[in-house]
Amino acid sequence: MDWVFISATLIAAIRAGTPILYATIGEIFAERAGVLNLGVEGMMLMGAVSGFIVGLKTGSPWVGALAAMLVGGLMSLIHAFVSITLRGDQVVSGLALTLFGSGLSALVGKPYVGVPGVRFTAWKIPLLSRIPFLGEVLFQRDPLVYFSFLLFPLAWYFIFKTRPGLHLRAVGEDPATADAAGINVFKLRYLYTFIGGMLAGLGGATISLSYTPGWIEGMTAGRGWIAVGLVIFAFWDPLRAALGSYLFGGVNSLQFGLQTKGVTIPIYFLQMMPYLFTILVLIFATQERVRRRVGAPAALGIPYVRGER
Amino acid sequence: MEGETARIAVEMRNIVKRFPGVLANDHVNFSAYEGEIHALLGENGAGKTTLMNILSGLYRPDEGEIYLYGRRVVFNSPRDAIAHGVGMVHQHFKLVETHTVAENIILGLDKPRFFLNLAEAEQEIRRLEEQYGLKVDPQAYIWQLSLGEQQRVEILKALYRGARILIMDEPTAVLTPQEVEELFVTLRRMAREGHTIIFISHKLDEVLAIADRITILRKGRVVGTVEAQMATKEELARMMVGREVLFHIEKEPVEPGAPVLEVQGLRALSDRGVPALKGVTFHVREREILGVAGVSGNGQSELAEVITGLRESTGGRVRVNGQDLTNAGARAFIDAGVSHIPEDRVHVGIVPSLHLTGNLFLKAYRRLPGFFLNWKQMREKAKELLRHFDVMAPNPDVEARTLSGGNIQKLILAREFSSRPAVVIAVHPTQGLDVGATEAVRQRLLEQRSQGAAILLISEDLEEVRALSDRIIVMYEGEIMGEVPPDAPVEEIGLLMAGTRLEGRGA
Ligand SMILES: Nc1ncnc2c1ncn2[C@@H]1O[C@H](COP(=O)(O)OP(=O)(O)O)[C@@H](O)[C@H]1O
Ligand SMILES: [Mg+2]
Repeated sequence: MDWVFISATLIAAIRAGTPILYATIGEIFAERAGVLNLGVEGMMLMGAVSGFIVGLKTGSPWVGALAAMLVGGLMSLIHAFVSITLRGDQVVSGLALTLFGSGLSALVGKPYVGVPGVRFTAWKIPLLSRIPFLGEVLFQRDPLVYFSFLLFPLAWYFIFKTRPGLHLRAVGEDPATADAAGINVFKLRYLYTFIGGMLAGLGGATISLSYTPGWIEGMTAGRGWIAVGLVIFAFWDPLRAALGSYLFGGVNSLQFGLQTKGVTIPIYFLQMMPYLFTILVLIFATQERVRRRVGAPAALGIPYVRGER
Repeated sequence: MEGETARIAVEMRNIVKRFPGVLANDHVNFSAYEGEIHALLGENGAGKTTLMNILSGLYRPDEGEIYLYGRRVVFNSPRDAIAHGVGMVHQHFKLVETHTVAENIILGLDKPRFFLNLAEAEQEIRRLEEQYGLKVDPQAYIWQLSLGEQQRVEILKALYRGARILIMDEPTAVLTPQEVEELFVTLRRMAREGHTIIFISHKLDEVLAIADRITILRKGRVVGTVEAQMATKEELARMMVGREVLFHIEKEPVEPGAPVLEVQGLRALSDRGVPALKGVTFHVREREILGVAGVSGNGQSELAEVITGLRESTGGRVRVNGQDLTNAGARAFIDAGVSHIPEDRVHVGIVPSLHLTGNLFLKAYRRLPGFFLNWKQMREKAKELLRHFDVMAPNPDVEARTLSGGNIQKLILAREFSSRPAVVIAVHPTQGLDVGATEAVRQRLLEQRSQGAAILLISEDLEEVRALSDRIIVMYEGEIMGEVPPDAPVEEIGLLMAGTRLEGRGA
């Protein structure tokens, strides 16, 4: 067994998967509340650029990451306003948000292309990091990675095991029933769309402050779209989202690793996988019974109008 | 109820509620005692649901006051009402299909605040089930439950929230006769423990069976409140409708002729892609009404659609007068003389935004000579049909959607019956109609029978099926459970409706 190769691949998978994981969990929150936000790519780009710039100006990657969350959250509020308050088309609004985010991030980021900035550095966790193999893979990472380790199980617990989680799911499944039970559908949809935006922003900052520190135009390179696909792959479940994120995060590094071993798979093929899989799941999941089983929120993408007869 | 000892639980004074163009509640006074089962009786549109939506906090009254146990209350939301012990089980259940029974019951509560203790909630739910005889598994998902079980979940939801006053809006519509009996047992038990039950219905028999007192509403006004023990069906009907009503349906004895509609081993899928018809076989003869009884959602809608050409079958045969029409399309069925009184009157039965003349000639225009339509002539004919079928409309030029439900149904009958159909497929033909329109529709069906039509009558109203049919088949989960004569006991039909086959009989 080539332990070096395996641990290198796993480390690469975790590092590359973390930005995707943040964005995916964020989108799971929004979609669980019934809001489909296709603006993830745009929010990630804005998160990446604002995280980088603020980090550079303040000298602190922490402040940068917080700024990225704020910017992502604010962007998502545009989508929330259009789709929840104005009851506009969520697909159109989300796509517009992505286009807007791509353009604006390129504009504000122009002077910073190639400028060296700040970054998160690895923390070796005492004791744990000395565990052979696992210690190196899991416990010699930077704080953003550790935070994601905490986030996905907590998100799972929150969604499935707590009262706010129950209310979140009810709002995405059957807003009329939730409303009748005294739950404020509009407030919760705004809240979780905002949280989704914050996590997408953080995902972007993870790229510009940790994974490949720096800023280049369009540096998220479609990770936002992978996140949207992974939400379906994960059946709206944060635990499966983690699995999917690391799987697809590992695809690139695996590609290089395999090449050194003489196996060549075209990188385009591997990069296509999440989308291909998403399409397959979509075909499969159009069946009512399957939708129920995989847990697709029934009111996803549908604006809620109160008192409709 | 013993008048002196019982406390007044609910008192609604001078309630007025207006909707655009409708006075739904017109200075209504209503009161119910503690421990009483109080029925609210009235025709469709009388304002029963509106009145109780006000009591349960869903609507705010335009005028009037509410007192609970003598104290004035003002509700701004259903939450306020439930906090005061008023719970309502709506006609359309408010349950999240993909969540469990327990999750639905605790939805929206704020205790426990953050962590869910489902095990504890389930235990409490089981205790309530025990106490009131409401059987349902707290861990089951709503989509796995029958409508009767879902109703129990709604009742449990109200009880879990501490409801002392429980409003049930037309609760028996979705139940089999046995489930109705079980519900009645539960309601009586609750009343004995001091709960107040307000039972909304437009069915006289069940109101007489369950209620202590009955308040009758007509056109938004209270006509009166009577003791159930003193009341008769005729008197209640008169109060409800405002005139004498004939309950006895005169069915002319006729000899049925040869089979006209023959259905053999019919299979079809529902919209969800699951089998809805699993090999259905029956025939209907000339001058005969075959009733199809069953709780709705057991394949009746799909059956009607397949035998009118609106849904593809996946197996089996449909013949009309010997001609094989399996999957031949709606036009072929129309040409073969199959007329359809659809379940969804407004969307399938008429073109709502088209005038009455157009609606009346929707099918017959093909048989008119020439390329252009002679509207003037058609309008005259339309006028005649409207008069003959007693459709209340100012003229044939108004849009069909402006008519009331009963008149829309009469309009459909006018179109379908003016062509002398060989087969009539009538689906819930009197559902939601008031007593007057119901009478008219039933008369027309019997008239068609006398004139030789083979009629398939699909209805949830067991009384209707028994009164009109010559034979009855019972559907359950896409299968025919058995055939019975119209004078078979209700219990026997009820068993079939619940999926229990009778010994030594089969279809
Ligand atoms: N939300 C609403 N908007 C407008 N009209 C309504 C509404 N609810 C009820 N109505 C009207 O008020 C009248 C009474 O309705 P309802 O209370 O539902 O009667 P019932 O329950 O006795 O059948 C009807 O004419 C109905 O059309
Ligand atoms: Mg009603």
